[in-house]
Amino acid sequence: MTAPSTATKIRVLIAKPGLDGHDRGAKVVARALRDGGCEVIYTGIRQTPEMIAEAALQEDVDVVGLSILSGAHLELFPRIVDEMKKRGLDDVLLFCGGIIPEEDTAALSGLGFQAIFRPGTNTQDIVKFVFEHVKK
Amino acid sequence: MDSLIERFLEGDRRALARVISRVENETAEGRECLRALYPRSGRAHSIGVTGGAGSGKSTLTGALAAAFRRRGHTVGIVAVDPSSPFTHGAILGDRIRMQDLTLDPGVYVRSMASRGALGGLAPTIDDVVAVMDAFGFDYVIIETVGAGQDEVEIAGTALTTVLVNNPGTGDDIQAMKAGILEIADVLVVNKADHPGADVLVSQLQALLTLSPAGSRRPPVLKTTATRGEGLDALADAIDEHRAYLESSGELERQRAIDSRHQVLSIARAILLERIRQATPEEELESLVQQVAARRLDPHSAAESLAARLRA
Repeated sequence: MTAPSTATKIRVLIAKPGLDGHDRGAKVVARALRDGGCEVIYTGIRQTPEMIAEAALQEDVDVVGLSILSGAHLELFPRIVDEMKKRGLDDVLLFCGGIIPEEDTAALSGLGFQAIFRPGTNTQDIVKFVFEHVKK
Repeated sequence: MDSLIERFLEGDRRALARVISRVENETAEGRECLRALYPRSGRAHSIGVTGGAGSGKSTLTGALAAAFRRRGHTVGIVAVDPSSPFTHGAILGDRIRMQDLTLDPGVYVRSMASRGALGGLAPTIDDVVAVMDAFGFDYVIIETVGAGQDEVEIAGTALTTVLVNNPGTGDDIQAMKAGILEIADVLVVNKADHPGADVLVSQLQALLTLSPAGSRRPPVLKTTATRGEGLDALADAIDEHRAYLESSGELERQRAIDSRHQVLSIARAILLERIRQATPEEELESLVQQVAARRLDPHSAAESLAARLRA
């Protein structure tokens, strides 16, 4: 056990927008980031774009990770990014994961998502991505 | 910096979020914010919600905030979850039970990791509560880490401490033990739709009759937070406790005790930091090794560290 640390921590919001109710993936990612030393706010399933943006604001997170399996990402993600911009959250690192077809990659990076993690990703790669890209 | 505080004072929630982060990370800017904002605090009524893991603290906190909102009050919530002692990471999951409040402009919910603090709170909890208070919320609710028998620090942070109990979690000897029950200003039996709730209420009431004569006897209330039942009575009991604190002079007394405790504990942290700075790592390591090998006792080792401050 090491000494308690009050140094600045990376705060991450892991959220599941839309109606799919299966959050195993989101929980695995949350747990991996916790073990990597992040403070992870997990909001549960069925979040609207407004709820995700508002939680990101209140929690002053450095990173937002979205998990989606329903196929509605091109519908929901632009609205989330929009709600975040409305609240002035333009310096938050964005990544996403789940069932996301390759052909949607360009659209999502255009929205500002810096990484897309698909099934089979090593969770350590996600932790590494967060630590390398977060603005602190 | 000044513009951050200006935006804070205009009621900008993003500025509130930023100020809390700076205060929580104990940066120089954070201390500057606190210096500017502290004189504006002291108006909110602070409520601690404590109890065992899984007792329903988060759901109850959300439902209580909703009850205050129905009465037209604004509410800030600070919910603490534990940090890992090994990686210092944390999963902060209390918001899951407070979803309905997310888009309410009269409510602000902030999750905090315990960051190594003992007692079910976080090292900077008092500062964060002061910031929320200065922002102008009528009530600030502090939800502790799941507490067992001895996590009593919340009583020094909140003016009213609500202890959440559940039916079926031990006999009445558990409740007779010293510790957490003694700090409760209001007792709640949550999950009151489960069997044994009425028995627990009578056991708690019976125990409270053993309190010293003349002392205030905390009310025992039943709630079923998932259905929103019993929350108006809880909000009333909290307001009644506030009124009691004011009329009895207890409010001033408690504030003085809490402030003394806070100042001394910050002074302790400053002294420790100075000792750490005055001690070369090799010297600390050598003392630690002597203690580990039982050649030196830990008190003597600490004395010799403290002596460096005088030098």
